[in-house]
Amino acid sequence: MRINLKNIFQFYYLGFRSMTVGKRLWLIIILKLIVMFLILKIFFFPNFLKTNFKTDKDRSNYVIEQLTK
Amino acid sequence: MEHIDFSLVDWSRAQFALTAMYHWLFVPLTLGLSFIVAFMETLYFRTGNPEWKRITKFWMTLFGINFAIGVATGIILEFEFGTNWSNYSWFVGDIFGAPLAIEGIMAFFLESTFIAVMFFGWNKVSKKFHLTSTWLVAIGSNLSALWILVANAWMQYPAGMKFNPDTARNEMVNFWDVLFSPVAINKFLHTVLSAYVLASIFVIGVSAWYLLKNREQLFAKKSIKVAAIFGLAASFLTMVSGDGSARNMAKFQPMKFAAMENLYNGQQNAPLAVMGFLQKNKTETDPKKQDFVFKIEIPNMLSYMAFLDPNAYVPGVFDLVKGDKEHHILSYKERTEKGKIAITSLAAYKNAKKAGNDSLANASLAHFQENYPNFGYGYYANRDVNELIPSVPTTFYSFRIMVFLGLHFIALFLVVLILTNKDKIEQKRFILYTALWTIPLAYIASELGWVVAEVGRQPWVIQDILPTIAAVSQIKPVSVQITFWLFFVLFTGLLIAEIKIMISQIKKGPASEPSQN
Repeated sequence: MRINLKNIFQFYYLGFRSMTVGKRLWLIIILKLIVMFLILKIFFFPNFLKTNFKTDKDRSNYVIEQLTK
Repeated sequence: MEHIDFSLVDWSRAQFALTAMYHWLFVPLTLGLSFIVAFMETLYFRTGNPEWKRITKFWMTLFGINFAIGVATGIILEFEFGTNWSNYSWFVGDIFGAPLAIEGIMAFFLESTFIAVMFFGWNKVSKKFHLTSTWLVAIGSNLSALWILVANAWMQYPAGMKFNPDTARNEMVNFWDVLFSPVAINKFLHTVLSAYVLASIFVIGVSAWYLLKNREQLFAKKSIKVAAIFGLAASFLTMVSGDGSARNMAKFQPMKFAAMENLYNGQQNAPLAVMGFLQKNKTETDPKKQDFVFKIEIPNMLSYMAFLDPNAYVPGVFDLVKGDKEHHILSYKERTEKGKIAITSLAAYKNAKKAGNDSLANASLAHFQENYPNFGYGYYANRDVNELIPSVPTTFYSFRIMVFLGLHFIALFLVVLILTNKDKIEQKRFILYTALWTIPLAYIASELGWVVAEVGRQPWVIQDILPTIAAVSQIKPVSVQITFWLFFVLFTGLLIAEIKIMISQIKKGPASEPSQN
């Protein structure tokens, strides 16, 4: 098989089209990623230091303060 | 650190344990099944027998289901680092950054690219290229595991790093010391080899189900043969790497080793308690001590196992807490004093730097560096040092159950291999049922291995340097409780989906006709 963009596209296109159980799995993967990145990460898991401090210097000062208090 | 909200620490720990344990339900099957599938496809490539192609495609489908459901479950752990363990996350940043970046690149290029060829490429690419892709998926998956295990090993034995007091971060000074530390090598080998054992049991158990149902006899026997040989080889190597892990533990994490062996008073010619039952000591002097109510011992074996010398001295929990001058063991009281000096010196260094007092800054830095190896103990200066003892019964029982299950797996591999070679396995229904019911036992053994490794090193997030009480973010405990239950629901849902899809695919069985391509 000659490798060019059209062949690569066809390869993936036909592969996805012929999937059986894979279609259910892709649905699960997409739902899982939506829940993880668009709900959990945004609403429940903000990066504590990135959210509360603007610069790396502020973050390091805060951590040292926490570690030495 | 005198006012610590233990509900925050405990919930954060519980949440991390929950997500890590759920994540680990998916990982070992991916690691092991990828190689089993590669071996099966190699047999197809070499023999041209279409039955091997049929076998390969079936196990590849189950591999795909497990991979798809499990993929990205580990990302949750990274979320938790940033939110719940921000002090730790900042403290270790540079150590974790490189291995995790390499893991990401490896996973993306090797797995994502070649997994498509593996599933979509049948009859579209050459047999050789397809086989190469299958092997690259197996190697890529296992290399991904390497980097995260190296990062975990660094937490158990922080080699190859230097703490920068100006940034409050550890910086890598020698990548190879991190990658090839004795703990990292053993941890990687022991973990992936045990994953191969689990995957072999999965293949044998599912094949046994087909034989019990009088279905797919040739398919099942060929699958059992490959899995039993692979599982047997992996089991012996798991034992060897486990032995290495125990010696590392005795050397670098003696408290974990003592807890795992329920050894309170150190001794020479220490015996190994092969099995035993523990009971909480009722005297007021040793409230945390566990006594044996029953045990079977092998004389001198613990000393030999730990130091390859039957006469060697193995320190116990009390020796480590109270110290032992004869064996050059500092007491925890001395270590907490040194740790406290390290903490106050770090604060003094920062203040002196801020005030522009260079001579005071240099003197404080020297004090800090001298006492840094005991930094984490400083957080226990005004606390009960017994908090530095991990749960002895949990580590003791977890280790023994894991080892006994490991021996059961070896016996099973041997028996099914002999019976398959004699072509009598389908007649031995008890063995087939045992093989089927060993699947959940393999998961239990695999999880218990992590319980020994992680509960045994408590309270350390980084051995001797950072305890959980200093690593945790100061957030509201209720937010951790909410996300704990959210994860519980999410992961349980994924697990149910995985089991349901797996069972439906197994019931369906391999494709009915072997194709000639």
